[in-house]
Amino acid sequence: MRELKILGVVIFFTLVVYIGVEPFAHSQMHPHVAPANFNFQEESIDYATEEVKKAEEKLDEAKSNNKNVEIAENQLKADKKLLDSTTTFWNEIAKIDLSKGDATKGAETFMNAGCVGCHGIKSQGMPSPMDDATASASFGVVPPDLSTAGKLYDGTFLAALIKDPVKALKVEHKFSETKPHPMPQFFGLGGDMNQELADIVAYLKSIAPKTLKDEEVFENACQRCHDIKYAKRFSNTEKGALANYMGSTPPDLSMMIRSKGKDYLQTFINNPQKQLHGTAMPRVGLTKESQEQVINFLEDTGDRKKEERESLGMKVVGFMIIFTILAYLWKVKIWREVH
Amino acid sequence: MAEIRKAEGIGDWFDQRLATKKLTKVLMTEYWIPKNINFLWAMGVVLVVLFTILIISGIFLLMYYKPDVKLAFDSVNYTIMQEVEYGWLWRHMHGVAASAIFLVIYIHMFTGIYYGSYKKGREMIWLTGMALFGMFSAEAFSGYMLPWGQMSYWAAQVITNLFGGIPVIGDALVIWIRGDFAVADPTLTRFFMLHVLLLPLVIIVLIVVHFYSLRIPHVNNQESEDIDFDKESDKYLAGNKKESKVVPFWPVFLSKDFFVSGAFLVFYFYLTFYHFDFAMDPINFEPANPMKTPAHIYPEWYFLWSYEVLRGFFFDVGPMAAMDIGLAAFGFANVIFMVFPFLDRDPNVAPAHRRPKFKIWFWLLLIDMIVLTVYGKLPPMGINTYIGFVAAVSFILLFVALPFITKCDAKHTGGVK
Repeated sequence: MRELKILGVVIFFTLVVYIGVEPFAHSQMHPHVAPANFNFQEESIDYATEEVKKAEEKLDEAKSNNKNVEIAENQLKADKKLLDSTTTFWNEIAKIDLSKGDATKGAETFMNAGCVGCHGIKSQGMPSPMDDATASASFGVVPPDLSTAGKLYDGTFLAALIKDPVKALKVEHKFSETKPHPMPQFFGLGGDMNQELADIVAYLKSIAPKTLKDEEVFENACQRCHDIKYAKRFSNTEKGALANYMGSTPPDLSMMIRSKGKDYLQTFINNPQKQLHGTAMPRVGLTKESQEQVINFLEDTGDRKKEERESLGMKVVGFMIIFTILAYLWKVKIWREVH
Repeated sequence: MAEIRKAEGIGDWFDQRLATKKLTKVLMTEYWIPKNINFLWAMGVVLVVLFTILIISGIFLLMYYKPDVKLAFDSVNYTIMQEVEYGWLWRHMHGVAASAIFLVIYIHMFTGIYYGSYKKGREMIWLTGMALFGMFSAEAFSGYMLPWGQMSYWAAQVITNLFGGIPVIGDALVIWIRGDFAVADPTLTRFFMLHVLLLPLVIIVLIVVHFYSLRIPHVNNQESEDIDFDKESDKYLAGNKKESKVVPFWPVFLSKDFFVSGAFLVFYFYLTFYHFDFAMDPINFEPANPMKTPAHIYPEWYFLWSYEVLRGFFFDVGPMAAMDIGLAAFGFANVIFMVFPFLDRDPNVAPAHRRPKFKIWFWLLLIDMIVLTVYGKLPPMGINTYIGFVAAVSFILLFVALPFITKCDAKHTGGVK
């Protein structure tokens, strides 16, 4: 029938436009990145390897154009160096046997290592040593209370973080010997350092709650820097100090779920550098479960009506289908008279 | 004065005062439409349905929207989307209808071009239609600014900047349009006024004129047959409904339109609830930030083809800067459809498949505009820039060739029937 043929033509061209403008163009604008990996050793080394590969391609391109060759060479050199140090660092971390961690000893090590000079553990009756304003002024960002750290973060990541925050957090581009990270590296208390690290992690895990609500995960993992005003939650770090520390005020996260979408957030939170190279945001080391909870919270805040939308949608589309069938029957009846 | 007698009922009471029976005949039951049509003839009514959805949803949104740079984003994304009962529904309906209406406008437009429904007395239909296209474009652009997201701001910045390319008055004009040196609060408030008052008023007036301009030359039909409407309508009224080549607007024509509109609305509501990102770009859920330029700035899909004509010319030619050539081409693209009836030199009305050269021209134009649309969104890098350039030049050449092609067709067919 002629009408169906015409309909076919209209649908065909509409689809071509849609596919070209949406999935195709977007795939070109936002290059594909590897999925989130919660094995942080693998993730770190894979990412650094990927960067070296990219720098090599850039250098080849620069050479063939004979433009900016020196810049590309330096970039490659820097990326190779980063890959080396990353591999060395994570191979060291791999030697730590977390299963041998002793929580009781860990508590002692934790006290002796001076962690409480900056961190509080409210659940154990240890409040933060400084109020928020003083802490903001001293560190740029309020140091986290560690009551929930054992639950939120991956154990191996925690050990890596204590050993060398800059490497674990992937903020090598921001800190150096002349501009050190506010949290100092842990060089051990004189015993077997790997055992000491395992003990501290075991201690943090032993005091962590078994479950946390989505918003508690957000509060502990994100809210020291980010506001989320639609959930009426605001960062406890003083704004000016934070902007100074991070380079700019970290964005409010109220609508992040609609502006970035789940897939982007999954890879971004797992390793911010992968999606936004050079960002000041650290890789925070959330476990898969905690990250899911953060994303759930973002969805509850920024897309609160999702369920209502999806269930109402069925009804409205259903209604329109019935309307269309009735309209068709009426049309057939009317046109029978004239055809 | 009319003779007023005691009314026999409420209908009669109104008829004596407003001639409602006569009016119904003129507008509905004795407004004649050709019988030989397909579903593409229903696009006009689909557009009316979508425009009605836009007005109704717009009125609801207007109750909570705040046209102030400090409040706009939250009034949309918090108050309307979260606090107001079903506010999200009105916003989704509004946003998706605004995009869907352009799809139907383009189908409507290409139908007119294909069947030659813009000439031999139908020029005013085409001209008012193109004026409507222009006003809808302005309406879409001003509406897109209101949520004050990243793309609202940056698209406004880029598009208002285009007026700076106009010789002599350009710079002053840009400031006059913005109401400030950069896109800022006064810009938002005045585009709000345009979006909710001036432009809708102009659109409604244009729609009335568009409908009225159909009355004298009548609606075209699938075979472009010249129908004697008086003779055919007499046949119909005499009861020879099957023989007559025309049908009344109500109920016959509209019964088909209700079905087509229903089918389209199934699709539309599916998009509204489940597939809205194409019309409500995620990047606009990020608040406007004049300090942070997005990696890619692009207009909504329905402006991409003319945007690509603008951007296609990426190199200077002699003393002409690339930007100025692009602007001139962009201006050309935006007015050339307006004069379409006068570029077609074939005096006869016929569907494209009966016009040998025009047929090829038609499909080339459609394909070229789709290429422009897709490349208007792709990042302008490497091969993309060249494809965009070729497509932009082709677009202009197609229109330069149109008078010759149609003249040639007229000669060869010796006036098609």
